[in-house]
Amino acid sequence: MDIVEELLKGNRLALSRAITAIENEYDEAMDIMKKLYPHTGHAFVLGITGPPGAGKSTLTDKLARAYRAQGKTVGIIAIDPTSPFTGGAILGDRIRMNGLTMDEGVFIRSMGTRGSLGGLSHKTADAVKAMDAFGKDIIFVETVGVGQSEVDIVKAADTTMVVLIPGMGDDIQAIKAGILEIGDVFTINKADHDGADKLVREMNMMLDLDGLMTDWRPPIQKVIASQNEGITETIENIEKHFKYISENGILTKRRTERSKNEMLDVLHSNIGSYITNKLVETGKMDEYVEQIKARETDPYTVVSNVMKDMLK
Amino acid sequence: MAKVRVLVAKPGLDGHDRGAKVVARALRDAGFEVIYTGLRQTPEQIAEAALQEDVNVVAMSILSGAHPHLFPKVVNLLREKGMDDVLIIGGGVIPETDIPALKEAGIAEVFTPGTPTGDIVDFIKANVK
Repeated sequence: MDIVEELLKGNRLALSRAITAIENEYDEAMDIMKKLYPHTGHAFVLGITGPPGAGKSTLTDKLARAYRAQGKTVGIIAIDPTSPFTGGAILGDRIRMNGLTMDEGVFIRSMGTRGSLGGLSHKTADAVKAMDAFGKDIIFVETVGVGQSEVDIVKAADTTMVVLIPGMGDDIQAIKAGILEIGDVFTINKADHDGADKLVREMNMMLDLDGLMTDWRPPIQKVIASQNEGITETIENIEKHFKYISENGILTKRRTERSKNEMLDVLHSNIGSYITNKLVETGKMDEYVEQIKARETDPYTVVSNVMKDMLK
Repeated sequence: MAKVRVLVAKPGLDGHDRGAKVVARALRDAGFEVIYTGLRQTPEQIAEAALQEDVNVVAMSILSGAHPHLFPKVVNLLREKGMDDVLIIGGGVIPETDIPALKEAGIAEVFTPGTPTGDIVDFIKANVK
C-alpha cells in the first residue's frame, strides 16, 4: 500500500498507518511528512485542555457531534499519559466517544505521551498534519489531564479551550501563571455542581486583572457536557474566537510561529541524533563520558569541540 | 521505537468488566499501549476502533456466552478492513469445548478464568507481528 497516495484518496487504514509510522519514528515517516505537507493547512485545530476528570473527552464527544451536524468532518487526537516506569499506557478517552466510532466522518486516534511532559506527545503536531492532509475540517487535540504548566497545546492549536470544574481551589489558584493564561475560551463543566457560579466570578476577576488583555476577552461558558447543556453556546464562543483571530491577523501570526517551531523541532532532533550517532559510531561517546567523569574535562568544553569539529 | 498497541474490548451485552480492566492494567505494566473502549461494543465498533488505532492486538473479553457468534464476527470484519496481521485473542467464561471452533475461526488463543496475567503478556510478546 502506498500510504501517502491512499491517505490522500481517503483510505482510513492508510491514515492510521501513517500516524503509526510518525509515532514510532519509522524510517519512512520523514518521507511521508514531506509528501503530506503540501496538502496541509486547511483544518481548524481546536485544543482542549484542563485537569484530569474535568470532562474533556465527554465535551469533545459533544462538540464533535455538533460539528458533524453542521456537515463538517472531524479528526480527534486524544492523549493520555505514558508510564515513566514501564512505558505502558491506558488510553481511555475513546470510552466517552464510542457513539462516534461508526460515523465515517470522524476519525479518533489515541496517543500516549511517550515521555513528553507538556501535555501532548512529541508527535502530536505531525499526527494533526496527517489528519489535515486527509481532509478533516476540524481537528480536536485533547491533552492529557494537566496540572498547572503543561501548555504545549497553544503551540499546536488555533484556538485553545480550557475546561475547568468547580471545587478545585480558591481564587489564588486563579491568579497563578500557567494553563489559565492560555485559554482563548473557558468552559466550566459540571456546572450543576456546587461552586460553579463562584468559579465563574473568580475567573472573571482574573480576566479583569489581565494586563496583557487584547481586544479578545475569553468568554466563560457554564456547561453540563453529559447532558448536552451549553454546547451550542460553547461552539459559538469557539467560532467567535476563530473569526476574531482570522480578522486580526493573529491566526496568520500563530501559524507563522508554528511553522518556525516545526522547522526548529525537526532541525534540533535531526542535528541532535546526527551528532549523537556519530559520537557513538566513532567510540568518542564513551571516551568523552570517561573524561568528564574523571574531571579531566567538562561537558561544556566537549560540546564546544564537537560542534567545532562536526558543524564546519 | 515501535510500541505494541492492544485494543481491549468488551463485545456483547454483559456488564462485567473487572476481568478486562485487570488484563488492561497488566498489559500496561508490561509496557504496552492499551486502548480500552469500555462495555457493550458491537463487533463493528471494535473493528473500526482497531483500524483507527492501528493496534497490533485485539483482546476481547466476554462473559455472556455470546462468544461463538461475536468473536468470529470481529475476525471477519478486521480482515475485510485489510487488518489481516492483527493478533486476536479472547478471554472470559468460555467452555473448553468451544475453544477449538474459536481457534478455527481465527482467534489465536483463548484465556479462561484463573489464567495468570503473565501468560497473556508472554503470549502477546511471542506472537505479535
